[in-house]
Amino acid sequence: MNNKKQAITIKGTKDGLTFIIDETSSLELIMKELETKLSSKVVDQDQPMVKVNIDLGNRYLSNEMKEELLEIVRNKQNLVINEITSNVLTKEEAQEWYEELEISTITRIVRAGQKLHVKGDLLLIGDVNPGGSVSATGNVYILGRLNGIAHAGIDGNQEAIIAAAYMNPTQLRISGFLSRSPDFETEGLFMECAYVDQKTEQILIDRLQTLTTIRPGLGSIERRMING
Amino acid sequence: MGEAIVITSGKGGVGKTTTTANVGTSLALLGKKVCLIDTDIGLRNLDVVMGLENRIVYDVVDVVQERCRVKQALVRDKRFDCLHLLPASQTSDKSAVTPEGIQRIVAELKQDYDYILIDCPAGIEQGYKNAIAGADKAVVITTPEKSSVRDADRIIGLLEKEEGMESPHLIINRIRTHMVKSGDMLDINDIVEVLAIDLLGIVADDDEVIKSSHHGEPVAFQPNTKASISYRNIARRILGESVPLMSLEEDKGMMAKVKKFFGIKS
Ligand SMILES: Nc1ncnc2c1ncn2[C@@H]1O[C@H](COP(=O)(O)OP(=O)(O)OP(=O)(O)O)[C@@H](O)[C@H]1O
Ligand SMILES: [Mg+2]
Repeated sequence: MNNKKQAITIKGTKDGLTFIIDETSSLELIMKELETKLSSKVVDQDQPMVKVNIDLGNRYLSNEMKEELLEIVRNKQNLVINEITSNVLTKEEAQEWYEELEISTITRIVRAGQKLHVKGDLLLIGDVNPGGSVSATGNVYILGRLNGIAHAGIDGNQEAIIAAAYMNPTQLRISGFLSRSPDFETEGLFMECAYVDQKTEQILIDRLQTLTTIRPGLGSIERRMING
Repeated sequence: MGEAIVITSGKGGVGKTTTTANVGTSLALLGKKVCLIDTDIGLRNLDVVMGLENRIVYDVVDVVQERCRVKQALVRDKRFDCLHLLPASQTSDKSAVTPEGIQRIVAELKQDYDYILIDCPAGIEQGYKNAIAGADKAVVITTPEKSSVRDADRIIGLLEKEEGMESPHLIINRIRTHMVKSGDMLDINDIVEVLAIDLLGIVADDDEVIKSSHHGEPVAFQPNTKASISYRNIARRILGESVPLMSLEEDKGMMAKVKKFFGIKS
């Protein structure tokens, strides 16, 4: 066995520690080396919690294998796992990711009692009538009148927004947040967007133009890769 | 080969039966051969509005269950030779009729009549499914009330999924101009904008309608009440004429829409 070649390289950064895992070493070796390295030197017990990032390089690990790895690190009291990164995706993950990134363009009227759901962003060309509802895991864009319910970021993305050419919804939902129309009758507004304001933890409605400041680069691949 | 049109609404009591009777009568006035079918099993009405109750021998359930032929069950109108009614049953329940049964009857009647008008029961259950089964076209009735428009929207959504059915047409019934003006009822533009289907006609809320139904004589016979003119206009539009909306019918037109879009109130 080649002793010079390390299976795990540990680097200190200002964000904590990064464990760089050698791509070519066997898993068995990696686990063993992790055990020894962690029990020997790295951290002394009096220090505050240290964040650990694990960089797998071009290696793919199944969820069970990741879990095993995490177990070893977690057993050391003052280490917390921040992130595991890998350059590799399975086909299924890539497919799912692609769907999340996609924007579905749909031309129709969503009428009373009808529900429309898409993965990724929804671009609806048409109205959502009272009693109709649309939802997406990403953003909801409506080129028409929103008179019903819209739910963006339905799987938990709080950054998701809802934009409509005419905004007069009965309810807006973003991730787990909800806002409903006032109990008095209102005229709708043209060219509006809704988003979650992290400070007040509320859904706010504003002119479409504010998106350039609150969500710059909305819909760009990089941004969505981070959120995805 | 005739055309079968189902008159439907979702919500009850908005004027399906009244519309079927009056549009049917108007088409007959224009010289067409018309057959009306009442599919509201257990709650038959159409015969009463037409004043034909005393002539009923067989009904649609008898035909579906093959106790008689279609022709035997048809009731001839007392005013027109070319207007006939296939009445609903008063006793049986809805399950006595199937979509296939109605389809078969409609197909047979289409051989002999120019128009078959099918009066649909309220709701979206079995009775509705029976009524639409044989239809080529659908007319959706709504009143200018929110709940009624909502149900019309629901029905339009369902009708759009039916294969072989043309996009439905809309009749707005019981319009009260003063309430629309005061903003206590939806206006025609708002309704058409939401439902986004072609408008076949509008009918004012008119006491004459109630009076004439009471006497078993559809209002469409009267020469010049607001409602009778509306019904005859609807019939002419069904025949393909382009008849402008009459003036109660207050169409504010494009200009109003444009203004609204820019948020200027007229
Ligand atoms: N334009 C009108 N003006 C005044 N009254 C009307 C008008 N249209 C219908 N009506 C009245 O409204 C009531 C309900 O009408 P109708 O029976 O035609 O409704 P429907 O939709 O067939 O009801 P159901 O769902 O019970 O079958 C009747 O009393 C009728 O006379
Ligand atoms: Mg009726």
